Amino acid sequence: MSELPGDLQYTKDHEWLRREDDGSVTVGITDHAQSALGDLVYVELPEVGQDLEVEGEMAVVESVKAASDVYAPISGGVVAVNEELADDPEKINSSPYDDGWIVRLQPAGDFDDSGLLSPNDYQTLLDDLED
Amino acid sequence: MGLKTPLYEKHLEAGARIVDFGGWDMPVNYGSQKEEHHAVRNKAGMFDVSHMTIVDLTGDRAQEFLRKLLANDVAKIRDTGKALYTCMLNEDGGVIDDLIVYYFGTSHYRLVVNAATREKDLAWIGKQAKNFGVDVNERIELAMVAVQGPRARELAAVVIGEEWREHALAMKSFYGMFAGDLFVARTGYTGEDGWEIVMPEGDAAAVWDQLIDAGIAPSGLGARDTLRLEAAMNLYGSDMDEGVSPLEAGLGWTIAWDPPERDFIGRAAIEKKRADKLKQRFVGLLLEGKGVLRGHQRIIVDGIGEGEITSGGFSPTIERSIALARVPAGDYDNAKVDIRGKLLDVRLVKTPFVRNGQVRIDI
Repeated sequence: MSELPGDLQYTKDHEWLRREDDGSVTVGITDHAQSALGDLVYVELPEVGQDLEVEGEMAVVESVKAASDVYAPISGGVVAVNEELADDPEKINSSPYDDGWIVRLQPAGDFDDSGLLSPNDYQTLLDDLED
Repeated sequence: MGLKTPLYEKHLEAGARIVDFGGWDMPVNYGSQKEEHHAVRNKAGMFDVSHMTIVDLTGDRAQEFLRKLLANDVAKIRDTGKALYTCMLNEDGGVIDDLIVYYFGTSHYRLVVNAATREKDLAWIGKQAKNFGVDVNERIELAMVAVQGPRARELAAVVIGEEWREHALAMKSFYGMFAGDLFVARTGYTGEDGWEIVMPEGDAAAVWDQLIDAGIAPSGLGARDTLRLEAAMNLYGSDMDEGVSPLEAGLGWTIAWDPPERDFIGRAAIEKKRADKLKQRFVGLLLEGKGVLRGHQRIIVDGIGEGEITSGGFSPTIERSIALARVPAGDYDNAKVDIRGKLLDVRLVKTPFVRNGQVRIDI
């Protein structure tokens, strides 16, 4: 298992978040998640402009094996979606933390990271799964 | 912790992701499932299918017994080693299991049945066999590896003893033969050429290594499922079960109606269904746009009714989503599928979707 990027925050649902300079937050799924799902074949994205509630359905990622919901890690408005995933969903497999980003959200109100995990905490969660 | 085949350690060595399948710990993929799929379509892949149940039947009345037990007619197979695909029905005409039967003589047959249905199959076969004095011998000590793909036989021939090799390579489709300790059959579940090789469990690891060295790619149950779906081969438990007759699962071709006096189990029930005109069709579907068809999604046919996908997924060969479905009877080519509340266009297509490396439907 490769090392987790240290500049990201994580959720127990195996998503990552990156705070951008403009205050928006980029969201994707972790290397662990893409590996468990297997080859991705389809990604259903939300509409730009849509408002999402924390833990509401944000996207659906479908692999050769199964469909899996991706939940909004925070409340916010969708300011961008990764359109390239429409033709190349495997970007999530090959580059989960970079080219495989899924959605960019503008947090509703102040960014609240109280429910999020640090790289260390997420690593602990992964280690527990291994046992 | 589930049951483990003699190749379990080999799977771990090859980096397999292990999942539960009918109580067995089996490899679902070793790396990229799509690459495993393409390896089988383009060259050769291999699957550990040791979890499947091999049952040998012996007794003077073995043929008579199987003509009662199975919906297809074993009297049709008279060449040594010849195989037959068939359903085993209950009295209501529902499918207890689908299986392959090999003929070695009218008093000796071999059945290969599904892993997940092992217990009920053995109970049912044992119960029926009593009346015919047929011995039912489960061969739990045997392992089985399916090598599949256009180059599978040529590459796998190395594991067959020299004295049998030429004969094995010349063997026709849907035949099997003994080759020393091995039993080799030209059968499979992928829509490609290949063999299923049965061996003593103690030989399995060495044979596996030889096959890897020959250039055959270990492939998991994930690829096995997308390959069989493209080949439109039914999956027991998804496409049919005890509540479904072969007629409603696209398996009418496996029922031997002649001779009419052969009274196989379930015959009366499915004859009635046939006479009543079927209310459902079993069809192949192609999703016109993007997305993935999955089992249990609802199919809507305007003005006619509704049906359901029995198995679906993404086809790596076609690069579109395909499915098998039970839909209302009627003459139509287009329908809608309900995917998470959105109605998307699907087209009914003639199966198989893919066979011998070639896409067989219009995209």
